Amino acid sequence: MVRMTNVCKAYENGTKALRGINATIEDGEFVFLVGPSGSGKSTIIKILTGEIAPTLGEISINGYDLNSIKPSQMPYLRRTLGVVFQDFRLIDKKNVYDNVAFAMRAVGASSKDIKRRVPYVLELVGLDTKTRRKPNELSGGEQQRVAIARALVNNPRLIIADEPTGNLDPARSLEIMMLLERINKLGTTVLVVTHEKELVNRFSKRVIAIDGGRVISDGMDGYYNYES
Amino acid sequence: MNRNRFGYFAKEGISSIFNHGFMSFASIGVIVACLIIMGSFTLLSLNVSAMIEKWESENQMLAFVDETLSDDQAKALESKIEEIPNVADAIFVSRDQALSQYLSKYNDNDLFKDIDSKVLRHRYIVYLKDISMMKDTMQQVDDIVGIANVSAHIEISEGFTTVSRIVATVSIIIIVVLLIVSMFIMSNTIKLATFDRREEIAIMKMVGATNGFIRWPFVFEGLILGLLGALIAFLAQWGLYALLTVEITKSSKINVIEVLPFGRLALPLLGIFIFTGFVVGIGGSLTVIRKYLKV
Repeated sequence: MVRMTNVCKAYENGTKALRGINATIEDGEFVFLVGPSGSGKSTIIKILTGEIAPTLGEISINGYDLNSIKPSQMPYLRRTLGVVFQDFRLIDKKNVYDNVAFAMRAVGASSKDIKRRVPYVLELVGLDTKTRRKPNELSGGEQQRVAIARALVNNPRLIIADEPTGNLDPARSLEIMMLLERINKLGTTVLVVTHEKELVNRFSKRVIAIDGGRVISDGMDGYYNYES
Repeated sequence: MNRNRFGYFAKEGISSIFNHGFMSFASIGVIVACLIIMGSFTLLSLNVSAMIEKWESENQMLAFVDETLSDDQAKALESKIEEIPNVADAIFVSRDQALSQYLSKYNDNDLFKDIDSKVLRHRYIVYLKDISMMKDTMQQVDDIVGIANVSAHIEISEGFTTVSRIVATVSIIIIVVLLIVSMFIMSNTIKLATFDRREEIAIMKMVGATNGFIRWPFVFEGLILGLLGALIAFLAQWGLYALLTVEITKSSKINVIEVLPFGRLALPLLGIFIFTGFVVGIGGSLTVIRKYLKV
């Protein structure tokens, strides 16, 4: 579960990126976080993943209180999260299997667990036939699937997808969104950050819209009703 | 660290060495060069120390006994001289012994055959523990009642002491400077490797890898480079030393210099090289990786 109470963030140069965000995301929810460029979406993602700290306000994620978390505890919080980026962030010299297995190795999983879990996740994202391919031998949609598999492989409680379809054509974008929806149905909470209005409106999900560092709407009607 | 993880870290460290082949080669080269220069100064310093020690042990003072003392009184001074802390040994030489030594120098030349031993004094050959304290010791021997005067080559002893101090100081300065240079270059190599893998590190951080887990492959890389450099440098140093020893022994001009056998120096030198390789390798990688872990 994610709970943000009056979260503010001011950068050192004086920019006020967040001006009192209040939102709660329950376990098992699928939520779109939408807003125009500079609205504060990326700042929220950075705060949720522990890259930066809020200036004010209270945040708890998956049982961790970000206001009082010790640096040594941060890796354990991150193990409850799976993050998907717009630019995939795959390791070029590793093949599909190793890119996914790498995330498990990084948290100290045993070889036995890796051999059992990675093929399952690759099958889930539809890449079980391309395990030996390098990222540059895959299409954009396939690369994003690898990134989703990597985010999923450590069985996180929350997947945060930051503009996951930003580099994809509409058909591939829809496929990725459907994959995320499928993952959500398997029990993982999903938070998708996007500004693609048409895509959001195809799914009947909760939409949190922000602008100028504030929440301007939070509806369960699945409608992206903000004009960016 | 379990065996599974150890294997992973070692594998990652080794593959990084090959992935950054040129930089790895360059850093091993620099470590080897620095260690050889460092080792050469260490060996020079050890040889000079051994030589000075030898010369020190041969360096002596002569304490002449007052001629008014009887033979027994003169011999009784031995214990008083040996009571002085810096005196290693005091050997009594009677007038007669002194004369025969004197005459033997001149092959029993007829010119000196009528010399009476009475013209000479009883004396003590005094060996010192530390020739840098020769002046003080000389005064202490001179102060003993019954000693007429003391003769010593103060300037030679001071020369030995100065040379010894200069060699030790220069060696230490060069060793420290080279150690810092090696560490700096090693840091730069690891910095390049780390820069190349910053995305990988960011991903590791994002999926929840601990700093220790991220750090270990770099530590292994630094360690392997450092130890490999140390081993190559040791073998090269061995070869150079052996070559130099042969040349010195063959030379008619400098064969008075006694070179210590490498066998006597090999273990301490290997120890110094491995320790330096270890410190430079691990120190270099740890200082760099710290910066990238602050995410």
